[in-house]
Amino acid sequence: MNTPKRSFIPAFALGLLFGFGLCLSGMTQPTKVQGFLDVFGHWDPSLALVMGGAVAVGLVGFWLSRRLDQSLLGEPFKFPPESGVDGQLLIGSAIFGVGWGLSGVCPGPAIVNLALFGEKAVIFAAAMFGGMALEKLFALRARIRQVEEGN
Amino acid sequence: MQIDWQNFTPLSALAGGATIGLAAGLCALLLGRVAGVSGILAGLAPPRPGDVGWRLAFVAGLLAAPLAFALAWPVAAPEFDASAATLVLAGLLVGFGARLGSGCTSGHGVCGLSRLSPRSAVATATFMGAALLTVFFVRHIVQ
Repeated sequence: MNTPKRSFIPAFALGLLFGFGLCLSGMTQPTKVQGFLDVFGHWDPSLALVMGGAVAVGLVGFWLSRRLDQSLLGEPFKFPPESGVDGQLLIGSAIFGVGWGLSGVCPGPAIVNLALFGEKAVIFAAAMFGGMALEKLFALRARIRQVEEGN
Repeated sequence: MQIDWQNFTPLSALAGGATIGLAAGLCALLLGRVAGVSGILAGLAPPRPGDVGWRLAFVAGLLAAPLAFALAWPVAAPEFDASAATLVLAGLLVGFGARLGSGCTSGHGVCGLSRLSPRSAVATATFMGAALLTVFFVRHIVQ
């Protein structure tokens, strides 16, 4: 289960590359993201090309990973199972979308922008961590209730 | 619809996107993990022994990225149209929704679509749709 220490440096490099791509793509700029989402106004199609470029390259990586028994660093693959569409997926994604539209910020850029110490970036990231904690609390409460009903 | 040619940046968008996809693909190949930022963050609290280091290292890489980028190109400070109060609400929704829906733009969008996951395709269409409607409402109905 444990991810050994030899994965730390690659993980740092991957985060760095991922964040570098976000900076280069312009997606760390909330107004640019909202410019894409504003299809009924002055539409900036850039985000579509970011997604297209990312998926085109990502497809190759995930396709190659399917031909391996374990990762190149000797880890077992820990991809989430394809568990089908349910209410949680739809409601959660819709809630996330509303927040993304209101701010123009999703979790990756939220972290990257934290490094620049802007006041609003810090406010957003703090609220985002709060939202994640709230979800964890709700899930925990639901599980406790389930256990109680089971008894 | 009117295309905003002034702000459209096709080359840097494609190059940046390809870089993101490269990071996601290498993350799958090297670590055997999906590079979903909200999932990587959520796995830190509560921390599980042996599952913390790579997550912290990835987040540290994200934080170091704008500093590395600044060595090559100027980094523009992010501009937010939203007020601080709106950002608090939006941040809560983004954090809560991404966890409830098991992923965000990176996990479902980039990695899920790259894995050809129908579940992630539905999630991506849902949050894109909700975000489009939200921006339409904020920019063209309220204002």
